[in-house]
Amino acid sequence: MSLPTLASAALLALWGAGTPSARRLNVVATTPDLAALALAIGGDAVDVKALAKPTEDPHFVDAKPSHIVTLNRADVLIEGGAELEVGWLPPLLESARNAKLATGAPGRISASQGVTLLEVPSTLDRSRGDVHALGNPHFMIDPVNVKLIVAQIADHLGEVDPANADLFKANLKKFDATLDAKLADWQRQLAPYRGAKIVTYHNDFVYLAERFNLEVVETLEPKPGIAPSPAHLAKVIGKMKAEQARLILVQPFQNRKTAETVARQTDGVVLDIPQQPGAVPNTTTYFDLMDYIVRTLATAFAEKK
Amino acid sequence: MARFSHVTTLVAAALCAAGSAPAQQPAPPAQQGRAAGSYMNVSFDGLSDFGWSTEPDVAALQLGDHDPHVRGFSIPNAELALDGTVDPYFKGFSNIVYKLDAKGETGVELEEAYFLTTSLPGNLQLKGGQFFAEFGRQNAQHPHAWAFADEPLVLNRMFGPDGLRSQGVRLSWLAPTSWYTEAMVGVFNSAGGTAYSFRSDASSEIHGGVPVEREVRGPGDFLIVPRVATSFDLTGTQTLVLGISGAFGPNNSGLDANTQVYGADLYWKWKSLRAHQGFPFVSFQSEALTRRYTAEYRVSSPELQAVGQPYFLPNETLRDRGMYAQVLWGIKPLLVVGLRGEFASGNAGAFASASRATRSRVSPNVTWYPSEFSKVRLQYNYDDREGLGVDHSVWMQFEFLLGAHAAHKF
Repeated sequence: MSLPTLASAALLALWGAGTPSARRLNVVATTPDLAALALAIGGDAVDVKALAKPTEDPHFVDAKPSHIVTLNRADVLIEGGAELEVGWLPPLLESARNAKLATGAPGRISASQGVTLLEVPSTLDRSRGDVHALGNPHFMIDPVNVKLIVAQIADHLGEVDPANADLFKANLKKFDATLDAKLADWQRQLAPYRGAKIVTYHNDFVYLAERFNLEVVETLEPKPGIAPSPAHLAKVIGKMKAEQARLILVQPFQNRKTAETVARQTDGVVLDIPQQPGAVPNTTTYFDLMDYIVRTLATAFAEKK
Repeated sequence: MARFSHVTTLVAAALCAAGSAPAQQPAPPAQQGRAAGSYMNVSFDGLSDFGWSTEPDVAALQLGDHDPHVRGFSIPNAELALDGTVDPYFKGFSNIVYKLDAKGETGVELEEAYFLTTSLPGNLQLKGGQFFAEFGRQNAQHPHAWAFADEPLVLNRMFGPDGLRSQGVRLSWLAPTSWYTEAMVGVFNSAGGTAYSFRSDASSEIHGGVPVEREVRGPGDFLIVPRVATSFDLTGTQTLVLGISGAFGPNNSGLDANTQVYGADLYWKWKSLRAHQGFPFVSFQSEALTRRYTAEYRVSSPELQAVGQPYFLPNETLRDRGMYAQVLWGIKPLLVVGLRGEFASGNAGAFASASRATRSRVSPNVTWYPSEFSKVRLQYNYDDREGLGVDHSVWMQFEFLLGAHAAHKF
């Protein structure tokens, strides 16, 4: 073997770090909820990384250079889609130069594809705030949507890594069975509060309300992405009193103080309801998170009834 | 569900009901292919300024092409941006800028028009066309992305009123390291006003002579712009980006004259773990540049001769340096306060150029974003020019964005 051949062989060995078949798939999800689903389906055959932190606003993740590296090495990217990541993912993907993640490639999963989105605007007009053209992108807290998404994930993972396709199918089956049982349980827990009225900070709980028959009577933001104004909050307070809505749901990154001010004037209570696993302790999986959400809501409804 | 129309809500509810009943049986995917709605993103960004300066000739003070340039109202940048995926191999971008000068005349420039490869092997990426050179941090940013109403002094001094951009190609390589490291090199035409320190007709400002006609004789007559950038996440909430850049090429003070510009840049940002709409955050950004400009024995410009300057100017090396540092504090959603300090100076040359004189400026500002799509900024400049004294300026800036949602680079 000549010296250059040896050198290149050594380089290749360093580069590859293991044989391809033994290598786990690098799956990158934009948000922790999608990452949790990827881990549930991929199991031991995947390494999963989320770009957004569980406590931060998924619309406004920084396009930091470390994410470029993560995406450059990824075999699969799972995004929420429907403009959830429109402010930060496109420049990252441009810099990541990873053809495996091209739109339409097996390595690219857009969770919103196949989900029926709510609130698809009939006309696009930003005087109504930052309304997303394709519909409300906060669809992961409806377990029925998640069922569609995990099926999509299993399909794509199987296509990218056919050797493990059976594993992904088995994991999907297991996940679906658990989800069916859990959903029945969650619906049972919330059934007594059918039609209960809630207020949210951003317009991000409509899918939960839809699935569990709750009614979002107001949002603290007058329009999506527009900061609450005193005039609007006065209106919210009036409406909460009139409709006897007592619960205000906020995510970890939203302004809890504003919610508390409103709660004080309405005999209401502020509930911390994250939509990302990991945002509160002991919520690693999607099921943990939904257990937490349903339990917190049911307890609060029971107390405030 | 605050203000969505009832129709939308009803339709959505109907869709949902159709799509999800019975609950445990997911419906087949509806509305497939609901990706981007068009082949091209189109957006329009309008930037306008209003303000006053103690210097009546504002254009002599605010040297950037996209700075406010008169007492009263300026429209220094109205930008039509188009971008999209060309085919499986390329993306395409273009920025067409309209601007009104001090007399209200409209100027149009093809600011950028370039392709970018999407799938080259070996972590390589090629860019080609007309585009901003990736030198430091701010040079490649468009005016609406700037944190202040005007171009930093040092960038103006090294790269002129429009920044460093030209026609060429740029090859980039993303290193296979566990942390971000990108090396790139751009090769550009070295002529024109946007190659200010190189073969530019405006180079008289720097060396005082009549620019010579220089042909492109070989590879050495192109403008070469290398850059290496690296980044580390210091903690879960702090990120540091460091870069060094160079710009090397011929200048037209003489037939064999050339210029080297070196730059170092640093950007640090802290963002809360519970950031809402990206706030609160604190960032620090600084760039330092130095230029070595060899000026050859040359005929001084007619303007200089008219004021009694010598007919010939000697061989000399003109050295300039400067830096700026800025801190931004995003106090709460959609409100940012900033402070920038900067200075620039040059060594003594045979021709005492105003564009190379020592100057420093301090600019506090506050920016309020009514939404992601508009911005109102108030800025004060304390401006000290050697030999001319101190000037005070106050600028109000307004920006609106129409069309495609902007994506922000780090």
